[in-house]
Amino acid sequence: MALSDTDLGAIWLTMRLATLVTCLLLLIGTPIAWWLSRTRSWLKGPIGAVVALPLVLPPTVLGFYLLVAMGPHGWVGQLTQTLGLGLLPFSFWGLVVASVFYSMPFVVQPIQNAFEAIGERPLEVAATLRAGPWDRFVTVALPLAKPGFITASILGFAHTVGEFGVVLMIGGNIPDKTRVVSVQIFDHVEALEYPQAHALAGAMLLFSFLVLLGLYVFNPNRRSA
Amino acid sequence: MIRARFKLAFTSFALDVDLELPSRGVTAVFGHSGSGKTTLLRCIAGLQQTPGGELSVNGVVWQDAQTFMPTHRRPLGYVFQEASLFSHLSVRRNLEYGMKRVPSTLRREGLQASVELLGIAPLLERTTEGLSGGERQRVAIARALAVSPELLLLDEPLASLDVARKQEILPYLERLHDDLEIPVLYVSHAPDEVARLADHVVLLENGRVVAQGGLHATLSRLDLADAFAEDMGVVIEATIAEHDDSDHLTRLDFEGGSVHVSRCAEARGSRMRFRIQARDVSLATRKPEHTSILNVFQARVVELADATVPGQVLVKLSVGGTPFIARISGRSRKELRIEPGSSVWAQVKSVAVLR
Repeated sequence: MALSDTDLGAIWLTMRLATLVTCLLLLIGTPIAWWLSRTRSWLKGPIGAVVALPLVLPPTVLGFYLLVAMGPHGWVGQLTQTLGLGLLPFSFWGLVVASVFYSMPFVVQPIQNAFEAIGERPLEVAATLRAGPWDRFVTVALPLAKPGFITASILGFAHTVGEFGVVLMIGGNIPDKTRVVSVQIFDHVEALEYPQAHALAGAMLLFSFLVLLGLYVFNPNRRSA
Repeated sequence: MIRARFKLAFTSFALDVDLELPSRGVTAVFGHSGSGKTTLLRCIAGLQQTPGGELSVNGVVWQDAQTFMPTHRRPLGYVFQEASLFSHLSVRRNLEYGMKRVPSTLRREGLQASVELLGIAPLLERTTEGLSGGERQRVAIARALAVSPELLLLDEPLASLDVARKQEILPYLERLHDDLEIPVLYVSHAPDEVARLADHVVLLENGRVVAQGGLHATLSRLDLADAFAEDMGVVIEATIAEHDDSDHLTRLDFEGGSVHVSRCAEARGSRMRFRIQARDVSLATRKPEHTSILNVFQARVVELADATVPGQVLVKLSVGGTPFIARISGRSRKELRIEPGSSVWAQVKSVAVLR
Protein backbone atom coordinates (compact mmCIF):
# COMPACT_ATOMS: atom_id res chain seq x y z
CA MET A 1 0.00 0.00 0.00
CA ALA A 2 1.81 3.11 -1.21
CA LEU A 3 1.31 6.51 0.37
CA SER A 4 -0.65 9.03 -1.67
CA ASP A 5 0.55 12.53 -2.47
CA THR A 6 -1.70 14.01 0.23
CA ASP A 7 -0.22 11.52 2.70
CA LEU A 8 3.31 12.53 1.71
CA GLY A 9 2.31 16.19 1.94
CA ALA A 10 1.03 15.59 5.46
CA ILE A 11 4.23 13.81 6.45
CA TRP A 12 6.40 16.59 5.03
CA LEU A 13 4.31 19.23 6.82
CA THR A 14 4.51 17.32 10.10
CA MET A 15 8.29 17.03 9.87
CA ARG A 16 8.70 20.73 9.11
CA LEU A 17 6.42 21.65 11.99
CA ALA A 18 8.11 19.36 14.50
CA THR A 19 11.63 20.41 13.52
CA LEU A 20 10.83 24.09 13.72
CA VAL A 21 8.98 23.72 17.02
CA THR A 22 11.84 21.70 18.54
CA CYS A 23 14.41 24.33 17.58
CA LEU A 24 12.25 27.14 18.92
CA LEU A 25 11.62 25.25 22.13
CA LEU A 26 15.33 24.63 22.72
CA LEU A 27 15.91 28.37 22.34
CA ILE A 28 13.01 29.39 24.57
CA GLY A 29 13.06 26.46 26.94
CA THR A 30 16.77 26.56 27.88
CA PRO A 31 16.63 29.96 29.66
CA ILE A 32 13.35 29.00 31.33
CA ALA A 33 14.82 25.68 32.49
CA TRP A 34 17.99 27.43 33.73
CA TRP A 35 15.97 29.99 35.64
CA LEU A 36 13.72 27.32 37.16
CA SER A 37 16.72 25.23 38.20
CA ARG A 38 18.57 28.13 39.88
CA THR A 39 16.01 30.58 41.24
CA ARG A 40 14.90 30.88 44.82
CA SER A 41 12.10 33.28 43.85
CA TRP A 42 8.53 32.56 44.93
CA LEU A 43 7.66 32.72 41.24
CA LYS A 44 9.36 29.37 40.70
CA GLY A 45 6.23 27.47 41.73
CA PRO A 46 3.70 29.40 39.61
CA ILE A 47 5.93 29.50 36.52
CA GLY A 48 6.81 25.83 36.85
CA ALA A 49 3.11 25.02 37.09
CA VAL A 50 2.26 27.08 34.00
CA VAL A 51 4.99 25.34 32.01
CA ALA A 52 3.66 21.96 33.13
CA LEU A 53 -0.01 22.76 32.40
CA PRO A 54 -0.12 21.09 28.95
CA LEU A 55 0.74 17.80 30.67
CA VAL A 56 -2.67 17.68 32.35
CA LEU A 57 -4.82 20.04 30.29
CA PRO A 58 -7.01 18.48 27.56
CA PRO A 59 -5.46 19.64 24.25
CA THR A 60 -8.83 21.01 23.18
CA VAL A 61 -8.89 23.34 26.18
CA LEU A 62 -5.43 24.69 25.38
CA GLY A 63 -6.40 24.94 21.70
CA PHE A 64 -9.62 26.75 22.56
CA TYR A 65 -7.90 29.44 24.60
CA LEU A 66 -5.17 29.88 22.01
CA LEU A 67 -7.83 30.14 19.31
CA VAL A 68 -9.64 32.84 21.25
CA ALA A 69 -6.42 34.73 22.01
CA MET A 70 -5.12 34.55 18.45
CA GLY A 71 -8.52 35.25 16.87
CA PRO A 72 -9.56 38.66 15.47
CA HIS A 73 -10.83 39.83 18.87
CA GLY A 74 -8.10 38.28 21.04
CA TRP A 75 -5.15 40.37 22.20
CA VAL A 76 -2.63 38.23 20.33
CA GLY A 77 -4.76 38.49 17.20
CA GLN A 78 -4.97 42.26 17.49
CA LEU A 79 -1.22 42.42 18.01
CA THR A 80 -0.45 40.28 14.94
CA GLN A 81 -2.89 42.32 12.88
CA THR A 82 -1.30 45.59 13.99
CA LEU A 83 2.11 44.20 13.08
CA GLY A 84 0.76 43.35 9.64
CA LEU A 85 1.16 39.58 10.16
CA GLY A 86 -2.51 38.82 9.72
CA LEU A 87 -4.27 36.24 11.86
CA LEU A 88 -2.54 33.10 13.12
CA PRO A 89 -5.37 30.57 13.41
CA PHE A 90 -5.70 28.20 10.48
CA SER A 91 -2.17 28.97 9.33
CA PHE A 92 1.10 27.08 9.61
CA TRP A 93 2.53 29.68 11.99
CA GLY A 94 -0.53 29.42 14.17
CA LEU A 95 0.25 25.72 14.50
CA VAL A 96 3.86 26.52 15.34
CA VAL A 97 2.84 28.88 18.15
CA ALA A 98 0.29 26.44 19.55
CA SER A 99 2.75 23.54 19.39
CA VAL A 100 5.40 25.54 21.22
CA PHE A 101 3.02 25.91 24.16
CA TYR A 102 1.75 22.37 23.90
CA SER A 103 5.20 20.71 23.86
CA MET A 104 6.88 23.11 26.29
CA PRO A 105 6.97 20.82 29.36
CA PHE A 106 8.51 17.98 27.36
CA VAL A 107 11.48 20.19 26.58
CA VAL A 108 11.79 22.33 29.70
CA GLN A 109 11.52 19.55 32.27
CA PRO A 110 14.35 17.28 31.06
CA ILE A 111 16.66 20.27 30.67
CA GLN A 112 15.67 21.62 34.08
CA ASN A 113 16.32 18.20 35.67
CA ALA A 114 19.71 18.02 33.98
CA PHE A 115 20.67 21.50 35.20
CA GLU A 116 19.53 20.63 38.72
CA ALA A 117 21.53 17.40 38.67
CA ILE A 118 24.73 19.34 37.94
CA GLY A 119 24.45 21.21 41.23
CA GLU A 120 26.42 24.30 42.20
CA ARG A 121 29.82 22.69 42.58
CA PRO A 122 31.03 22.46 38.95
CA LEU A 123 30.00 26.08 38.40
CA GLU A 124 31.82 27.18 41.54
CA VAL A 125 34.89 25.28 40.38
CA ALA A 126 34.68 27.05 37.02
CA ALA A 127 34.40 30.41 38.81
CA THR A 128 37.60 29.70 40.75
CA LEU A 129 39.19 28.88 37.38
CA ARG A 130 38.46 32.40 36.08
CA ALA A 131 35.30 31.62 34.10
CA GLY A 132 32.67 34.38 34.18
CA PRO A 133 28.93 33.63 34.45
CA TRP A 134 28.20 33.28 30.70
CA ASP A 135 31.45 31.36 30.17
CA ARG A 136 30.48 28.95 32.98
CA PHE A 137 27.06 28.41 31.45
CA VAL A 138 28.41 27.65 27.98
CA THR A 139 31.50 25.63 28.88
CA VAL A 140 30.29 23.77 31.97
CA ALA A 141 26.50 23.79 32.40
CA LEU A 142 25.57 23.11 28.76
CA PRO A 143 28.02 20.24 28.16
CA LEU A 144 27.19 18.60 31.49
CA ALA A 145 23.45 18.86 30.70
CA LYS A 146 23.87 17.28 27.25
CA PRO A 147 21.88 14.13 28.04
CA GLY A 148 19.01 16.35 29.15
CA PHE A 149 19.12 18.27 25.88
CA ILE A 150 19.05 15.08 23.82
CA THR A 151 16.07 13.78 25.78
CA ALA A 152 14.35 17.17 25.50
CA SER A 153 14.83 17.38 21.73
CA ILE A 154 13.54 13.89 21.09
CA LEU A 155 10.54 14.22 23.39
CA GLY A 156 9.69 17.69 22.08
CA PHE A 157 9.89 16.50 18.48
CA ALA A 158 7.94 13.31 19.02
CA HIS A 159 5.26 15.02 21.08
CA THR A 160 4.74 17.66 18.39
CA VAL A 161 4.42 14.94 15.76
CA GLY A 162 1.79 13.24 17.85
CA GLU A 163 -0.47 16.17 18.64
CA PHE A 164 -4.05 16.13 17.37
CA GLY A 165 -6.50 18.09 19.49
CA VAL A 166 -4.62 21.36 19.47
CA VAL A 167 -4.08 21.07 15.71
CA LEU A 168 -7.78 20.61 15.04
CA MET A 169 -8.70 23.59 17.21
CA ILE A 170 -6.06 25.98 15.85
CA GLY A 171 -5.16 24.68 12.43
CA GLY A 172 -8.26 22.96 11.16
CA ASN A 173 -7.59 20.65 8.27
CA ILE A 174 -6.06 22.54 5.36
CA PRO A 175 -3.92 20.39 3.03
CA ASP A 176 -0.21 21.32 3.01
CA LYS A 177 -0.82 24.10 5.53
CA THR A 178 -2.24 22.55 8.65
CA ARG A 179 -3.13 18.97 7.79
CA VAL A 180 -0.58 16.99 9.72
CA VAL A 181 -0.25 13.19 9.77
CA SER A 182 -2.45 12.59 12.80
CA VAL A 183 -5.29 14.59 11.21
CA GLN A 184 -4.78 12.82 7.90
CA ILE A 185 -5.17 9.43 9.62
CA PHE A 186 -8.37 10.66 11.24
CA ASP A 187 -9.66 11.72 7.80
CA HIS A 188 -8.83 8.32 6.32
CA VAL A 189 -10.65 6.52 9.10
CA GLU A 190 -13.66 8.80 8.84
CA ALA A 191 -13.82 8.11 5.13
CA LEU A 192 -13.50 4.38 5.91
CA GLU A 193 -10.21 4.26 3.95
CA TYR A 194 -8.73 1.66 6.29
CA PRO A 195 -5.83 0.55 4.06
CA GLN A 196 -4.61 4.17 3.72
CA ALA A 197 -5.05 4.70 7.45
CA HIS A 198 -3.06 1.47 8.04
CA ALA A 199 -0.18 2.65 5.89
CA LEU A 200 0.11 6.01 7.56
CA ALA A 201 -0.49 4.69 11.06
CA GLY A 202 2.11 1.97 10.45
CA ALA A 203 4.59 4.60 9.33
CA MET A 204 3.93 6.59 12.50
CA LEU A 205 4.34 3.50 14.66
CA LEU A 206 7.67 2.70 13.04
CA PHE A 207 8.79 6.31 13.38
CA SER A 208 7.93 6.50 17.05
CA PHE A 209 9.68 3.24 17.75
CA LEU A 210 12.83 4.37 15.95
CA VAL A 211 12.84 7.66 17.84
CA LEU A 212 12.63 5.95 21.19
CA LEU A 213 15.18 3.35 20.11
CA GLY A 214 17.52 6.21 19.26
CA LEU A 215 16.87 7.77 22.63
CA TYR A 216 17.86 4.61 24.48
CA VAL A 217 20.74 3.57 22.25
CA PHE A 218 22.54 6.86 21.73
CA ASN A 219 21.83 8.31 25.12
CA PRO A 220 22.64 5.52 27.55
CA ASN A 221 23.24 8.00 30.37
CA ARG A 222 19.61 8.99 30.53
CA ARG A 223 19.50 8.26 34.22
CA SER A 224 21.70 11.30 34.76
CA ALA A 225 19.27 13.55 32.90
CA MET B 1 49.89 40.09 53.95
CA ILE B 2 46.29 38.97 53.88
CA ARG B 3 43.75 40.94 55.89
CA ALA B 4 40.35 39.35 56.25
CA ARG B 5 37.34 40.40 58.25
CA PHE B 6 34.05 38.60 57.85
CA LYS B 7 30.83 38.52 59.79
CA LEU B 8 28.08 36.16 58.78
CA ALA B 9 25.03 34.93 60.63
CA PHE B 10 23.03 31.89 59.62
CA THR B 11 20.25 30.52 61.76
CA SER B 12 22.37 27.85 63.38
CA PHE B 13 25.86 29.21 62.84
CA ALA B 14 27.69 32.52 62.89
CA LEU B 15 31.11 33.35 61.53
CA ASP B 16 32.96 36.28 63.02
CA VAL B 17 36.63 36.45 62.11
CA ASP B 18 39.31 39.09 61.94
CA LEU B 19 42.52 37.68 60.53
CA GLU B 20 45.95 38.78 59.53
CA LEU B 21 47.81 36.12 57.62
CA PRO B 22 51.39 36.08 56.38
CA SER B 23 51.90 36.32 52.62
CA ARG B 24 54.21 33.35 52.47
CA GLY B 25 54.02 29.81 53.76
CA VAL B 26 51.21 27.48 54.64
CA THR B 27 48.59 28.64 57.11
CA ALA B 28 46.51 25.82 58.50
CA VAL B 29 42.92 26.73 59.28
CA PHE B 30 42.28 24.17 61.96
CA GLY B 31 39.16 23.30 63.90
CA HIS B 32 36.48 20.68 64.47
CA SER B 33 33.91 20.08 61.78
CA GLY B 34 31.28 22.80 61.94
CA SER B 35 33.73 25.37 63.25
CA GLY B 36 33.42 27.45 60.09
CA LYS B 37 36.64 26.52 58.30
CA THR B 38 35.08 25.89 54.91
CA THR B 39 32.81 28.91 55.24
CA LEU B 40 35.85 31.09 55.89
CA LEU B 41 37.54 29.73 52.77
CA ARG B 42 34.38 30.31 50.71
CA CYS B 43 34.23 33.91 51.97
CA ILE B 44 37.81 34.47 50.90
CA ALA B 45 37.08 32.98 47.49
CA GLY B 46 33.98 35.12 47.09
CA LEU B 47 31.77 32.04 46.77
CA GLN B 48 29.94 33.11 49.91
CA GLN B 49 28.56 36.64 49.85
CA THR B 50 29.41 38.55 53.01
CA PRO B 51 27.94 42.04 53.13
CA GLY B 52 30.25 44.25 55.15
CA GLY B 53 33.19 41.87 54.80
CA GLU B 54 36.68 43.11 54.11
CA LEU B 55 39.49 41.34 52.38
CA SER B 56 42.77 42.49 50.95
CA VAL B 57 45.59 40.35 49.62
CA ASN B 58 49.06 41.86 49.40
CA GLY B 59 47.62 45.35 49.40
CA VAL B 60 45.00 44.70 46.70
CA VAL B 61 41.43 45.09 47.92
CA TRP B 62 39.31 42.11 46.92
CA GLN B 63 36.35 43.17 48.97
CA ASP B 64 35.30 46.09 51.14
CA ALA B 65 32.29 48.35 51.59
CA GLN B 66 32.50 49.59 47.98
CA THR B 67 34.00 46.69 46.06
CA PHE B 68 33.19 43.06 45.66
CA MET B 69 35.46 41.28 43.23
CA PRO B 70 33.53 38.29 41.88
CA THR B 71 35.21 34.91 42.29
CA HIS B 72 36.32 34.64 38.67
CA ARG B 73 38.28 37.89 38.94
CA ARG B 74 40.13 36.93 42.13
CA PRO B 75 43.62 35.60 41.37
CA LEU B 76 43.26 32.50 43.53
CA GLY B 77 43.41 28.76 43.22
CA TYR B 78 40.82 26.66 45.03
CA VAL B 79 40.88 22.92 45.70
CA PHE B 80 37.58 21.55 46.95
CA GLN B 81 37.15 18.71 49.40
CA GLU B 82 36.08 16.32 46.65
CA ALA B 83 38.19 16.73 43.54
CA SER B 84 35.31 18.09 41.43
CA LEU B 85 37.00 17.55 38.08
CA PHE B 86 34.92 18.39 35.01
CA SER B 87 33.65 15.01 33.87
CA HIS B 88 33.10 16.20 30.30
CA LEU B 89 36.76 17.08 29.83
CA SER B 90 39.93 15.00 29.70
CA VAL B 91 42.58 15.45 32.38
CA ARG B 92 44.58 17.72 30.08
CA ARG B 93 41.55 19.85 29.19
CA ASN B 94 40.70 20.09 32.91
CA LEU B 95 44.18 21.46 33.57
CA GLU B 96 43.96 23.86 30.65
CA TYR B 97 40.50 25.14 31.57
CA GLY B 98 41.68 27.71 34.06
CA MET B 99 45.08 28.35 32.50
CA LYS B 100 43.57 29.37 29.15
CA ARG B 101 41.52 32.02 30.91
CA VAL B 102 44.53 33.71 32.48
CA PRO B 103 46.14 36.34 30.22
CA SER B 104 49.52 35.02 29.12
CA THR B 105 51.27 38.05 30.62
CA LEU B 106 50.01 37.02 34.07
CA ARG B 107 51.04 33.37 33.77
CA ARG B 108 54.01 32.70 35.96
CA GLU B 109 54.20 29.01 35.33
CA GLY B 110 53.21 26.84 32.45
CA LEU B 111 51.20 23.68 32.68
CA GLN B 112 54.39 21.66 32.70
CA ALA B 113 55.51 22.94 36.10
CA SER B 114 52.32 21.99 37.91
CA VAL B 115 52.10 18.68 36.03
CA GLU B 116 55.60 17.82 37.23
CA LEU B 117 55.07 19.06 40.76
CA LEU B 118 52.06 16.77 41.17
CA GLY B 119 53.49 13.90 39.13
CA ILE B 120 50.50 13.56 36.81
CA ALA B 121 52.20 13.49 33.41
CA PRO B 122 51.09 9.89 32.74
CA LEU B 123 47.44 10.82 33.34
CA LEU B 124 47.14 13.72 30.91
CA GLU B 125 45.33 11.96 28.08
CA ARG B 126 43.01 9.97 30.33
CA THR B 127 39.37 10.73 31.03
CA THR B 128 38.57 11.73 34.57
CA GLU B 129 36.37 8.69 35.10
CA GLY B 130 39.18 6.13 35.41
CA LEU B 131 41.21 8.08 37.98
CA SER B 132 41.61 6.98 41.58
CA GLY B 133 40.63 9.34 44.39
CA GLY B 134 44.24 10.31 45.00
CA GLU B 135 44.91 10.94 41.31
CA ARG B 136 41.79 13.06 41.00
CA GLN B 137 42.87 15.23 43.92
CA ARG B 138 46.36 15.64 42.46
CA VAL B 139 44.85 16.75 39.14
CA ALA B 140 42.59 19.17 41.00
CA ILE B 141 45.58 20.69 42.81
CA ALA B 142 47.56 20.99 39.56
CA ARG B 143 44.53 22.59 37.90
CA ALA B 144 44.35 25.18 40.66
CA LEU B 145 48.09 25.90 40.38
CA ALA B 146 47.92 26.25 36.59
CA VAL B 147 46.08 29.56 36.91
CA SER B 148 49.21 31.09 38.54
CA PRO B 149 47.26 32.03 41.66
CA GLU B 150 48.43 34.63 44.16
CA LEU B 151 46.71 32.70 46.93
CA LEU B 152 46.02 28.98 47.09
CA LEU B 153 43.03 27.73 49.07
CA LEU B 154 42.88 24.04 49.95
CA ASP B 155 39.70 22.78 51.58
CA GLU B 156 40.55 19.50 53.32
CA PRO B 157 42.01 18.01 50.16
CA LEU B 158 42.71 14.74 51.96
CA ALA B 159 39.47 14.37 53.87
CA SER B 160 37.70 12.21 51.30
CA LEU B 161 40.66 9.83 50.92
CA ASP B 162 41.63 6.67 52.76
CA VAL B 163 44.90 6.41 54.67
CA ALA B 164 46.86 4.94 51.76
CA ARG B 165 45.72 7.69 49.36
CA LYS B 166 46.60 10.32 51.98
CA GLN B 167 50.11 8.95 52.18
CA GLU B 168 50.25 9.14 48.40
CA ILE B 169 49.36 12.85 48.31
CA LEU B 170 51.12 14.18 51.41
CA PRO B 171 54.58 14.18 49.79
CA TYR B 172 53.19 16.31 46.96
CA LEU B 173 51.67 18.73 49.44
CA GLU B 174 55.03 18.92 51.18
CA ARG B 175 56.65 19.78 47.88
CA LEU B 176 54.05 22.51 47.45
CA HIS B 177 55.02 23.82 50.83
CA ASP B 178 58.69 23.88 49.91
CA ASP B 179 58.38 25.17 46.34
CA LEU B 180 55.53 27.66 46.36
CA GLU B 181 56.21 31.34 46.77
CA ILE B 182 52.55 32.14 47.37
CA PRO B 183 50.52 31.95 50.58
CA VAL B 184 48.50 28.78 51.05
CA LEU B 185 45.46 28.42 53.27
CA TYR B 186 45.02 24.79 54.23
CA VAL B 187 41.78 23.81 55.91
CA SER B 188 42.08 20.70 58.02
CA HIS B 189 40.70 18.99 61.08
CA ALA B 190 43.58 16.50 61.24
CA PRO B 191 46.37 17.53 63.64
CA ASP B 192 48.91 15.31 61.87
CA GLU B 193 48.37 17.14 58.56
CA VAL B 194 48.72 20.47 60.32
CA ALA B 195 51.92 19.33 62.03
CA ARG B 196 53.42 18.19 58.75
CA LEU B 197 52.42 21.01 56.45
CA ALA B 198 51.73 24.22 58.30
CA ASP B 199 53.92 27.16 59.21
CA HIS B 200 51.12 29.12 60.81
CA VAL B 201 47.92 28.06 62.48
CA VAL B 202 44.52 29.68 62.72
CA LEU B 203 42.36 27.87 65.22
CA LEU B 204 38.61 28.21 64.71
CA GLU B 205 35.89 27.32 67.16
CA ASN B 206 32.20 27.99 66.51
CA GLY B 207 32.99 30.51 63.85
CA ARG B 208 35.48 32.46 65.96
CA VAL B 209 39.25 32.62 65.90
CA VAL B 210 40.53 31.22 69.19
CA ALA B 211 44.19 31.45 68.31
CA GLN B 212 46.42 32.43 65.46
CA GLY B 213 50.18 32.42 65.19
CA GLY B 214 53.25 30.41 64.29
CA LEU B 215 52.91 26.63 64.28
CA HIS B 216 55.38 25.91 67.07
CA ALA B 217 54.12 28.59 69.42
CA THR B 218 50.46 27.72 68.84
CA LEU B 219 50.87 23.97 69.25
CA SER B 220 52.66 24.46 72.57
CA ARG B 221 49.91 26.59 74.11
CA LEU B 222 48.35 24.70 77.00
CA ASP B 223 45.17 26.79 76.87
CA LEU B 224 44.35 25.20 73.49
CA ALA B 225 44.28 21.68 74.95
CA ASP B 226 40.60 21.30 74.11
CA ALA B 227 41.19 21.81 70.41
CA PHE B 228 43.96 19.25 70.10
CA ALA B 229 42.79 16.82 72.82
CA GLU B 230 44.59 13.48 72.38
CA ASP B 231 46.84 14.98 69.73
CA MET B 232 48.38 17.59 72.02
CA GLY B 233 52.07 17.81 71.30
CA VAL B 234 54.85 19.92 69.90
CA VAL B 235 56.43 20.14 66.47
CA ILE B 236 60.11 21.00 66.33
CA GLU B 237 62.35 22.00 63.43
CA ALA B 238 65.75 20.33 63.35
CA THR B 239 68.77 19.58 61.20
CA ILE B 240 70.24 16.15 60.52
CA ALA B 241 73.52 16.21 62.41
CA GLU B 242 74.79 12.67 62.10
CA HIS B 243 73.88 9.20 60.85
CA ASP B 244 74.94 6.20 62.90
CA ASP B 245 74.73 3.26 60.54
CA SER B 246 75.85 0.63 63.03
CA ASP B 247 72.93 1.37 65.34
CA HIS B 248 70.68 2.49 62.51
CA LEU B 249 70.06 5.85 64.15
CA THR B 250 70.09 9.48 63.10
CA ARG B 251 70.81 12.42 65.37
CA LEU B 252 68.75 15.54 64.83
CA ASP B 253 69.89 18.82 66.33
CA PHE B 254 67.32 21.39 67.37
CA GLU B 255 67.63 24.65 69.23
CA GLY B 256 68.46 23.58 72.75
CA GLY B 257 69.23 19.91 72.25
CA SER B 258 69.35 16.88 70.04
CA VAL B 259 67.24 13.82 69.57
CA HIS B 260 67.89 10.32 68.22
CA VAL B 261 65.50 8.79 65.73
CA SER B 262 65.53 5.78 63.41
CA ARG B 263 67.97 6.20 60.51
CA CYS B 264 66.48 8.62 57.94
CA ALA B 265 67.26 8.56 54.26
CA GLU B 266 67.91 12.29 53.95
CA ALA B 267 71.45 13.66 53.80
CA ARG B 268 73.30 15.33 56.65
CA GLY B 269 72.36 18.98 56.97
CA SER B 270 68.79 18.46 55.70
CA ARG B 271 66.08 20.35 57.51
CA MET B 272 63.64 18.03 59.24
CA ARG B 273 60.53 18.48 61.31
CA PHE B 274 59.59 16.12 64.11
CA ARG B 275 56.72 15.82 66.49
CA ILE B 276 56.52 14.72 70.08
CA GLN B 277 53.11 14.03 71.52
CA ALA B 278 52.42 15.00 75.11
CA ARG B 279 51.29 11.47 76.03
CA ASP B 280 54.71 10.11 74.98
CA VAL B 281 56.64 12.29 77.44
CA SER B 282 57.10 11.21 81.05
CA LEU B 283 58.86 13.13 83.80
CA ALA B 284 61.35 12.28 86.54
CA THR B 285 62.86 14.52 89.19
CA ARG B 286 66.18 12.69 89.16
CA LYS B 287 68.20 11.77 86.10
CA PRO B 288 66.84 8.41 84.95
CA GLU B 289 69.54 5.74 84.81
CA HIS B 290 69.42 2.26 83.42
CA THR B 291 66.56 3.23 81.13
CA SER B 292 65.94 1.94 77.61
CA ILE B 293 64.64 5.29 76.52
CA LEU B 294 67.10 7.02 74.22
CA ASN B 295 65.86 10.55 74.41
CA VAL B 296 66.12 12.04 77.86
CA PHE B 297 66.30 15.80 78.33
CA GLN B 298 66.91 18.06 81.25
CA ALA B 299 64.10 20.60 81.31
CA ARG B 300 62.52 23.34 83.32
CA VAL B 301 58.78 23.40 84.05
CA VAL B 302 57.18 26.51 82.60
CA GLU B 303 53.48 26.05 83.09
CA LEU B 304 50.87 23.55 84.27
CA ALA B 305 47.29 23.03 83.12
CA ASP B 306 44.57 20.41 83.36
CA ALA B 307 44.40 18.03 80.39
CA THR B 308 41.11 17.14 78.74
CA VAL B 309 41.30 13.71 80.37
CA PRO B 310 40.26 13.85 84.07
CA GLY B 311 43.11 13.19 86.48
CA GLN B 312 45.75 14.16 83.94
CA VAL B 313 47.77 17.35 83.77
CA LEU B 314 49.71 18.96 80.97
CA VAL B 315 53.17 20.22 81.80
CA LYS B 316 54.86 22.70 79.52
CA LEU B 317 58.63 22.38 79.62
CA SER B 318 61.53 24.30 78.25
CA VAL B 319 64.34 22.16 76.84
CA GLY B 320 67.11 24.68 76.29
CA GLY B 321 64.47 27.17 75.14
CA THR B 322 62.45 24.80 72.95
CA PRO B 323 58.98 24.06 74.35
CA PHE B 324 57.98 20.46 75.07
CA ILE B 325 54.69 19.28 76.54
CA ALA B 326 54.28 16.28 78.83
CA ARG B 327 51.01 14.72 79.95
CA ILE B 328 51.27 13.05 83.35
CA SER B 329 48.81 11.99 86.01
CA GLY B 330 47.74 14.48 88.65
CA ARG B 331 48.91 12.07 91.34
CA SER B 332 52.45 11.94 89.94
CA ARG B 333 52.50 15.70 89.77
CA LYS B 334 51.62 15.91 93.48
CA GLU B 335 54.04 13.20 94.57
CA LEU B 336 56.94 14.62 92.52
CA ARG B 337 55.98 18.17 93.54
CA ILE B 338 56.17 19.45 90.00
CA GLU B 339 55.58 23.18 89.98
CA PRO B 340 56.46 25.97 87.58
CA GLY B 341 60.20 26.50 87.82
CA SER B 342 60.96 22.89 88.87
CA SER B 343 63.86 21.22 87.23
CA VAL B 344 62.93 17.82 85.77
CA TRP B 345 64.09 15.11 83.39
CA ALA B 346 61.82 14.46 80.43
CA GLN B 347 61.86 10.99 78.90
CA VAL B 348 60.53 10.86 75.38
CA LYS B 349 59.14 7.48 74.41
CA SER B 350 58.54 8.20 70.76
CA VAL B 351 59.57 10.81 68.22
CA ALA B 352 57.68 11.04 64.92
CA VAL B 353 59.82 12.36 62.10
CA LEU B 354 57.50 14.29 59.82
CA ARG B 355 59.96 15.01 57.02
